[in-house]
Amino acid sequence: MRGSAALILFLTIFLLALSITGYAVASTDAASATAVAASSNVPWWVWPLVLFVVTFLMGIVAVLGGVGGGVLFVPIISGFFPFHLDFVRGAGLLVALAGALAAGPGLLKKNMADLRLALPVGVIASACAIVGAMLGLALPTNIVQTALGAAILGIVGIMMIAKKSVYPEVKKPDALSTALRINGIYYEPSSDHEVSWQIHRTPQGLATFIIIGVMAGMFGLGAGWANVPVLNLMMGAPLKVSVATSKFLLSITDTSAAWIYVNNGAVLPMMVVPSIIGIMLGSIVGVRILAKTKPAAVRYIVIVILLFSGARALLKGLGI
Amino acid sequence: MDKKIKATEEQLAYANILELGMKAGLLMLIVTFIVYLSGLLPPHVPVKDLPMYWSMPVKKYLAAAHIHPGWSWLFMIGKGDFLNFVGIAFLAGVTILCYMRIIPIFFRKKDRVYGILAIIEVLILVLAASGILKSGGH
Repeated sequence: MRGSAALILFLTIFLLALSITGYAVASTDAASATAVAASSNVPWWVWPLVLFVVTFLMGIVAVLGGVGGGVLFVPIISGFFPFHLDFVRGAGLLVALAGALAAGPGLLKKNMADLRLALPVGVIASACAIVGAMLGLALPTNIVQTALGAAILGIVGIMMIAKKSVYPEVKKPDALSTALRINGIYYEPSSDHEVSWQIHRTPQGLATFIIIGVMAGMFGLGAGWANVPVLNLMMGAPLKVSVATSKFLLSITDTSAAWIYVNNGAVLPMMVVPSIIGIMLGSIVGVRILAKTKPAAVRYIVIVILLFSGARALLKGLGI
Repeated sequence: MDKKIKATEEQLAYANILELGMKAGLLMLIVTFIVYLSGLLPPHVPVKDLPMYWSMPVKKYLAAAHIHPGWSWLFMIGKGDFLNFVGIAFLAGVTILCYMRIIPIFFRKKDRVYGILAIIEVLILVLAASGILKSGGH
């Protein structure tokens, strides 16, 4: 009961923080020039501080909602803060990268994330993330913003429609996955048994990662929202292996894209560091809350937040 | 039943380097940011001027703040803001170190395909990190 009350309280604060920042920016973003002027009116330290608070709450919501921090970061921060989309995407990639680097060692050691599965996928996704990052920095902001809005709304659709399969049935592994020996075994503590797994449709899966890589680099979203359905539903990896490998995979995909943003100057430490620390601390708190309560409603709140931010990005991009 | 199904040698080697690098990178990030905030080292862009810059497209910001993109930050780490790039670059470079660690393991185990895939991955990441790839800009 106390857990539910605390949950409602922080979600209220989260939405309030969003509304306040949204209002502050909404009153200024009629044109980019006025946005600059208005954001100059508040002391410089206010925005990094609000960014820290919002990313902290975002970290909690991301864990409880079962989504990556990156997918919340870019639409919310670009929609409601005075930062230019270029810097938001650079920060978004580094936020997703830091989260993946932090989770990676544990997932690999427990044999939940699988290196043999991640390696060929990583080669394709990271190469394509470079292309996406370069495209994102080269295209006009309104086009990237419009595409971002459309992508976020698409992600909402995926989140609402895509089913998950805990143990997908793979009758026969395909020739490529057999040649690459992509299969494994992990211990499932909930049922106290060992789960053997193999995959199929490897060429189709690898081809899909071309698109995922480009989108990850272009929008700085991270790509867990796409990695998991492809690894799980298309390629047939068990859900736990898909989620863990997806998280680890982000450390490879986002590394290549992050370098493009760093080398093109689209990284501001005053944005990046409070965001990384905020979202990591929030994730730690989120994991603790998750251990005590299973708030199913949070996923719907995440969907509503994404829907709202996606629509806002789309309208901003279209100049409406 | 053996409840500890061991990860492969290369997977554990990767995980160990990643863990070490991630911790070192985060520590660098926090320490350098404290130095930045404390004003111990004067920043290239004064913090009070930041709101003027962070709303600009990146190309405009670079021109207005007289910053050269790429690895030129290395020559500016005496400035509080650019010192932070040490931690950022380290975090972005950890994965390259992890891959370099597992390449010899793959070849020792005669797993040539994965050895070559790991080399290709290193080349991709080094290319991204090199600064050769410049965006056209808008």
